[in-house]
Parts: sequence; structure tokens; C-alpha cells
Amino acid sequence: MKRRGQRAFAYIIAIAFLLIAILLGISIGTVSVPIGNIIQIIGAEIFRFISIDHIDPMQTNIVLSIRLPRVILAGLVGAALAIAGAAFQGLLRNPLADPYTLGVSSGASVGAVLTLFFQFSLPFVGAFTLPLLSILFAFLTIFVVLGFARKIDRAMKVETIILTGIIFSSFLGAFISLLIALTGEELRQIIGWLLGSVSMRGWSYIQIILPFFILGSIILIANSKELNAMSFGEERAQHLGVNVQRRKMIILIAGSILTGAAVAVSGTIGFVGLVIPHLTRTLWGPDHTHLLPLSILTGSGFLILADLVSRTIISPIELPIGVITALIGAPAFGIILMKRRSAERSGSDA
Amino acid sequence: MLKVEQLSGGYARELIVKNVSFRVGEGELFGVLGPNGSGKTTLLKMISGILPFQQGRITIKGQSIKSYTMKELAKMIAVLSQHSSQAFSYTVKETVSLGRYAHQDGWFRSWSDEDERIVQEAMGQTGIASFQHKSIQDLSGGERQRVFLAQALVQEPEILLLDEPTNHLDLSYQKELLDLLKKWTREKGLTVVSIFHDLNLASLYCDRLLLLENGGVHSNDIPNEVVKVEKIKEVYHTDVEKHPHPSIPVPQMVLLPKYGANEANVVIEPSYMQINKEYISLQSPIPLRTMSSGVVGSGLGWHHTFVNRHVDKSYDCADHRQEMGQFLRERGFEPSETIGMMTAVHVEDVAYKLLKVDDFSVLVIVTAGVGNAVDASKSVEHSFELIPGTINTWIFINGKLTEEAFIQSVMTATEAKVKAMENQKVVDMVTGTIATGTSTDSILIAATQTGKELEFAGTITPLGKLISQGVFQCTTEAVENSRKRKQQL
Repeated sequence: MKRRGQRAFAYIIAIAFLLIAILLGISIGTVSVPIGNIIQIIGAEIFRFISIDHIDPMQTNIVLSIRLPRVILAGLVGAALAIAGAAFQGLLRNPLADPYTLGVSSGASVGAVLTLFFQFSLPFVGAFTLPLLSILFAFLTIFVVLGFARKIDRAMKVETIILTGIIFSSFLGAFISLLIALTGEELRQIIGWLLGSVSMRGWSYIQIILPFFILGSIILIANSKELNAMSFGEERAQHLGVNVQRRKMIILIAGSILTGAAVAVSGTIGFVGLVIPHLTRTLWGPDHTHLLPLSILTGSGFLILADLVSRTIISPIELPIGVITALIGAPAFGIILMKRRSAERSGSDA
Repeated sequence: MLKVEQLSGGYARELIVKNVSFRVGEGELFGVLGPNGSGKTTLLKMISGILPFQQGRITIKGQSIKSYTMKELAKMIAVLSQHSSQAFSYTVKETVSLGRYAHQDGWFRSWSDEDERIVQEAMGQTGIASFQHKSIQDLSGGERQRVFLAQALVQEPEILLLDEPTNHLDLSYQKELLDLLKKWTREKGLTVVSIFHDLNLASLYCDRLLLLENGGVHSNDIPNEVVKVEKIKEVYHTDVEKHPHPSIPVPQMVLLPKYGANEANVVIEPSYMQINKEYISLQSPIPLRTMSSGVVGSGLGWHHTFVNRHVDKSYDCADHRQEMGQFLRERGFEPSETIGMMTAVHVEDVAYKLLKVDDFSVLVIVTAGVGNAVDASKSVEHSFELIPGTINTWIFINGKLTEEAFIQSVMTATEAKVKAMENQKVVDMVTGTIATGTSTDSILIAATQTGKELEFAGTITPLGKLISQGVFQCTTEAVENSRKRKQQL
């Protein structure tokens, strides 16, 4: 079974990539932490009996309170966007679809921008007003978009969904622009949020995204076979025995939960959700049973590295992570595409 | 197995299928025919459960299809549709394996050895196993169609619905696919409901045919009843002609194109003939409809060129057809367009005659020798020996003949020949009685198929009269010529 071997190889590569990204992400910064120390510090956190007295407590502090949560958050956001993107591309049978196609991100952004614009905070949640309101708006958007699409076309054809998404994205985007135009002091804050960042969020933001991430990912992975079937068209999927209407709804909602949660904690980080699934598919094939887990691994590793670059490249200034994802992602993707094409042309593609 | 009762439905407010009822039994190959827009595909979509219907009932194994879940339905019905989209480059095997979806239960369904075996078997049967690791996007239309057929097969359905299954397939795969389906209906009891565009394929393979017209049932019967000229003309609004299949008792339709086969008004007359020591030939400017018993081009057909070749009495060739083809080619005649005959008679002794009445004419050409004359009533006394034909009768008719007229022409000509033999007192050397012909006589009836319509050619019909007169006179003359030559020797 050459195929099975190839698949194991894919997972090994993806896991190794993620581990390396995590270690680099924790290690590199204004204060450099040796990788050996990182392993010991984290080991000590998990297994209390390991002694780390010989390590500088400042390093321990940096790793546990600053870099580790940051890396984990980046990883979760990258993973959520990548798996949601992979699912949307499969469902909509369109390699150009991404998690933002449905307008969910615009909804989440509206929530966040409103919070920043009016500078208000909800009782009891205080500092978490922004992500919570953002998630709330994201969910509202899903239901409005899906409800609207259903209203104009009961079968909810792919084209209808994409069009509805575009309409809502444009509308909400215009609304955000309006708020930006009207704002004064908060301009920098709003723009900064929109460009995306995972800095200075701490463990609490991880707590916000984690449940949604686990729920959404499990639902999507459980629907891998259905996604495969639906890649061949909804009629075909139905002929194969897939309850298309229900599955489509489940997948759209799960993907939107992931997207909404990711946007709420980090802003609109582009490119990951479009290119990582595409890249993973190009490398390891379109079978969603493996495409989805591999996208999670690759997406999180990628965003951790992008975050690392964004905060180190012109240190001490931190660049918006969304800029970096596109700046390093686009050329990297271009190179991979070109290599693949030339490999195909020379006939080595067996 | 499948029962459709008073089914109506369509898209939006427009009814496309109207009040359609029919039944399909287990193991039946059921064809659905009809012109574009007659509702074939819509009907199929309703049966497969894709399209909700507005009125009526569809029952499978006695239960309404609405009572089955999608998965239950997919285990009973598999569909091979006309179009399939493939946005991503799945491999052939991944694509086929998806057909097992309905058979795998639970959240994390595992792939069993049974699944693997069924998938491999289906790929083998459809001839795609050799490229199972290739991407379906790299396949040709026909190969892809077979991949989706394999996908449908691994569903292990009891009913297979096909929407023009042979659409992208070349001739050999069309036949192979339909042979395979037919075999499965017989051996495994698979029920097949298939839309056909090609009436001939449908009547070749289907047990019964449903002919749709404007969404309703026009007829539902065995192919012989459905594929009838009047019905097809009525439903498809086009000109067709029916012909029996050469080896299976099913009807086949041929199209009649607007351009006529023979538009020029040609009259075949002696000036088209060429006679030399080696052969007599006649080259017609237009192809003629022929019925003949020559060495080359025998049976029914259309031919341009007619050659009656002289061969020596001792001519003996294991493959005389091939030798004759060679002979024709060397003299610039195209064998596929030629009817070739052989005779040991000197062809210069030919007798021919153009007979005319008001609106049509007949050219009769006869070469005759009576060396091995036979009395047909006592032919049992003869041993079988193939000697080159000795009375070759050619009849060219400038008129339009029915098939009956062709057959009657042969009869009439034969009767006239027998009479001429009797008059000439030609004796069968073995039995000593009056001969009726020779042992290897050949005949050709060729008609221009333009001009006057000649429905019959019995002896007292206008055409029959010309033929009998012409054949009698020419045979008499030819026998006399041949006798004269013998006496001179």
C-alpha cells in the first residue's frame, strides 16, 4: 500500500512542521529562550515533579505567560481558519472560496468595530466585551445570511450561498468603512484590529476560542465523507445517499462558528483560510478525511510562523499579522504552484 | 420492483412530467425515449429522489420512495447521470470508493475488506483498475464516464438509473457497457431504467420502451411496438425508415436525410456498357440500389459499377472473392462499389436489350452458357461442384422499386429464364431431362430509385412484363450465341 505510506508521511511532515513552528515561536524574540529550556519549562508545567530551578525565572515567565499563550492562540486561529476554508472550498466546490466568503467575518468585524467605536463594555465581562460581541455578531450574520439564502432559493444552491455571502460582505464592509470614516481617536485601534493580531491576548482569549474550535473541528471532520461526496455536486452526493440539505447546513454552521471565533479573538487575518487548504490539497490530495486534519496542522504552524515574523522582522515594531500572512504566503504559494506545474510538464507526476 | 403511478411534477410552476404511469419488473432493462424536452431527465430525477414531485406515487419494492431515508434509497438506487462536475482532482479509486458511502454506518466509518473487494471488482468490470491512482481530471470523457459507472456499481443497487449512459463513449465502449448491463439484468436480476437518445441502441438492448411526448406517455411496450415508423415520425417529427436488424429480431431506424440519394435523373442504357474479351462492365453515374448474388457485392446494397468477368473453365482459386477483388482493383474498379460476377462463357456473346414503356425502362443483359445445365426438379442427382456461373442475368430498372418489387423481379426473371431454356431444349446431361438453368447462375436487379414508382414486379405488372420479355429474349439469344461459338470450334 504505497498510498497508506504516503499518507503517514504527510502527517509526519505536518506534525513536524507544527512542532518546529511552536518551538521557534516560543524561542525567538527580544529575549531568546533555548529550545532545551522551553521543553523543560513546559514539561515542568505538565509534570510538576520536574525541577527547573536552574532556569532563569524570567525565562519561565516569558514562556508561560507571554509566548506560549500567544503561540497557542496563533495556532488555534490558523487551524480554525484553515479547516473552515477547506470545508467551504469543498462544499462550495470552489477553490477560491474561503472562510470569509459567507460574510461571517464581516459580521464579527462589525461587532468588534462597534465596541471600539463606542468604547463601551458590557457588565460582568469587561475587557472581553469585544470578542464576545464579535462572536455574537458573527452568529447573527450566519443566521441572517443562511436565512436569506434559503428565502430566495429553498434548495440553497451553491451559487445562491456564494452570492448571498458576497452581498452581505459588501454591505457590512461598507458599514465598517462608515464607522471608520466617522471615528477620530479610535482609528488606529480599529485599523489595527481589522488587520489582525494575536499579541498580548493571554490565556483568556484561548479559553474563548478553544470550545468553538473543538466543536467546529469535530463536526467538520465527522462530515469528511459527505464533503467528499458533495465535491462531486449536490445531485451526485444525494445519489450516493448523502442528506445534502441537512449536511450542507451543518457544515456551513460549523465552518462559520470556527470563522467567527477566530475573527473575534484575532481580527480578520486573510490568506490562511484560502491558501492553506489549497496548498494542502495540492500536496496531499483532495480527500477531506485527511485534508481537514492536515489543514489544521499546516494552518496552525503557518500562522505561528507568520506571527513570529510579524513581531521580529522590524523589532520592536510589530507588524499586523494579516500583512505577513500575505507577504510570505503569496510568494511561497506561487513557488509551489510553479514547481508542481513544471513537475507535471516533465512527466514525473505519477 | 419500481412502480410509477400518475406522476406529475417539474420545476417551479411548470409541469414537465404529466400523469406518467408505468411499472418496471425485476431484472428488466427498461428504456426511456423521447425528443429533447419531453421530460425524460425530469422523470429520472423524480425517481431517484432528487426532485420532489407534485402528484402521484413512486413505489420501490412496494414502499413509497418518500418513506426511505437518503441512505436507504442509495442502497437500492444508483444513478449515472449525464453530467458530473469534479472541482478537485480526486483519484479514480477515491471517486469509486465514495459509492460505498451509504453502506458505511456510524460517525467514523472504517473501510472494510469487503468494501475494498467490491471497489476492486467494480473497477475491474469497468476496465478502470489500471489507472486507479490517476486523477479523474486527467481522464478522457469516456474513461470518466466509466469511473462514475463504477461508483454507481459499488453502491450495489437493485435499480440502476442511467441518463444517456453512452453519451461520451465510443462505439466499442457503448456496446461493452450495454452488454454488461444486459448481462447483469439477466444474471444478477439488476433492474435498469435508462434514458436513450439512440433509438437503435434502445431497441437492441431494452426489454421494454417508454416513449414520452411532451411529458406524457405516448407508448409503453416492447421495442417492436414502440419503434415504429409512424410513432417515431409523430413524436420526433422527422423522417425515418425502419429496417430489421441483420442478426437480431429487433427494429432499427434509419434517418432519411433531406438531400436525396439520387437527384440527377439518370437513365441506365447500353451506352454505359463496355464489352471486351476479359469482361463486360457497366458504370452508372449514380449509385444504384441493388439486390444480387454476385461474387463481390452480393446481397442488398448500393453500387456504381457492375462487372461480369470471363474466367477460364479451369479457374480454380481457394479464395475466389479475394482474387476477384484483386482483379477489380487492378482494372481500376473499387471493389466496395462494385458488383462482380464470373462466367466461363465468352462475354462477347452477351445479349442485351433496352425495353421501354411510357414512363420507365429496363435494360437486360445476359451472358449464357449451358455446359453444366441442371434440371432444378432433379438437382438431387447432381454432385456439388463450384463451377463459374454460366447464366448471369443483369436487370437495370430506371424506376423506383419497393423491396417487394425487387423480390418479384428475381422471380419473374427466373421464370422467363426457365422458359427460354425449355424453348432452346437445353438438356441436363446428368438426368437427360430439360434443364431449368445452370448450377451457378447469378442475378442482379439494380434500380436507379428515381422516377416512376414501381410497387410490384409480378409477371403481368408493367415492370414484370418488361423483365420477362427482356430476360426471355436475351437468354434465348445468349444461349444461341454460345452454341454458335461451340459449333465454330
